[in-house]
Amino acid sequence: MAPKKGNNLTQEQKNYQKYAKDREPKRPVLKNCIKAFIVGGLICDFGQLLQWGFIKYFHFNEKTAGDPTVAVLIIISVILTGLGIYDHFGQWAGAGTAIPVTGFANSMASAAIEHKTEGYVLGTGGNMFKLAGSVITFGVVAAFVVAIIKITIKWIGGV
Amino acid sequence: MLQGKQSWVFNNKPVIISSAAVGGPFEAKGPLSKDFDILHDDLWMGQDSFEKAEKMLLETACDTAIKKANLKKQDIDFFISGDLMNQIISSSFAARTLSIPYLGVFGACSSSMEALALASLLIDSGAAKHVVPAASSHNAAAEKQFRYPTEYGGQKPPTAQWTVTGAGAAVICENGNGPHTTCATIGKVVDMGISDPFNMGSAMAPAAVDTIKRHFEDLNRSFDYYDLVITGDLGSVGHRIAGDILNEQGINIPKERFSDCGLLIYDEQQQIFSGASGCGCSATVTYGHLLNRMKKGELKKILVVATGALLSPMSYQQKESIPGIAHAVAIEM
Repeated sequence: MAPKKGNNLTQEQKNYQKYAKDREPKRPVLKNCIKAFIVGGLICDFGQLLQWGFIKYFHFNEKTAGDPTVAVLIIISVILTGLGIYDHFGQWAGAGTAIPVTGFANSMASAAIEHKTEGYVLGTGGNMFKLAGSVITFGVVAAFVVAIIKITIKWIGGV
Repeated sequence: MLQGKQSWVFNNKPVIISSAAVGGPFEAKGPLSKDFDILHDDLWMGQDSFEKAEKMLLETACDTAIKKANLKKQDIDFFISGDLMNQIISSSFAARTLSIPYLGVFGACSSSMEALALASLLIDSGAAKHVVPAASSHNAAAEKQFRYPTEYGGQKPPTAQWTVTGAGAAVICENGNGPHTTCATIGKVVDMGISDPFNMGSAMAPAAVDTIKRHFEDLNRSFDYYDLVITGDLGSVGHRIAGDILNEQGINIPKERFSDCGLLIYDEQQQIFSGASGCGCSATVTYGHLLNRMKKGELKKILVVATGALLSPMSYQQKESIPGIAHAVAIEM
């Protein structure tokens, strides 16, 4: 959530922002990236193991094993969210836990739990997609645009 | 009585005859835990929502303060309170239970001193005999309203702050034993264009500086007058900025006599980023820790400068910057 740098700030405000910035602790970006890489990678490795497990022991093929794999990851993420563990893990791992499907599950489960006090319909139901909603919206829009491009290229005789 | 531009001097010296601080489980682990009257070991406090838990915190703080003053609810003329919830529901709902004539105030985290300043003014002018000023905040309720769900695993930057789960209340009256409020400076809104809600220390620091400077000018005082000048919830970032600006403007501040409530309530092992925040921060530290130290004789004159960030969850999404405010009240033995 980067603050938008407005051009209508006065010189005094601009000076202060620089003054304050010099005194703020910086986000440890490199450290965060390394942690995110390792944790995100490990979650994906775990997913890969699950997929192989489903193929080897439960007679799924490479295509169909995807669904139960994602389901298991989601269940684990939701349980950890409910137990109040996932947010601490998320603070440490950052994007590593936010980007994989586990982060998506956490954003929905946490909102659902949080708004249970406002009832199942207006609370849980209405707020579950509070954070995840924009992911779905822009995911669908992006997929649509990409599909249009693909079809157009095919139509004009491309690959 | 108005003195200077924006300060009130209370010639009748209203007395804080009693005070109470109530906290939650995270506060119980902090270094000031002994200064709390009641500490809850659960964030829910036996209620079915965080909002109700906050209301209960506030009610308990008021009840305890009134009891400690050997008074009954009926003896209290006015209840002045503020909190962070939309439409200040914690205060209003607590007022419903207390059934004391009520004035709701909102100055975000500066509500604690806004309420104390107004309470002192009512007593000083003879408009009331007993007034209860109070303020509260609840970590999970504030997170829910201003940021993300409590269990959401988003990463917070090091400039973020931890909202205190707690409520503080006091009983102010014309005469009696205890520390008295001698003057107050009402701050003006200062906005230096900071718009990151995870960096409220930087947003509020200029307001704190403005109020402190104005207080010294109005009352013709310097830092030397006070044993302690303590800001509300600037955290390590805002506190450093405020100190640096004051120094650069030629206001000499001895380091040991300039502090921040947000830096006292938790210790470094608790993951609180740059410090504590919330109405409950300055309220519990002032009405618990600081008044206790005054009664023990460790402090004689203090100036509490409660700072508030006047943003709403909608205003920052609409890219508005965060206006800051600070109100100061001088408490002397």
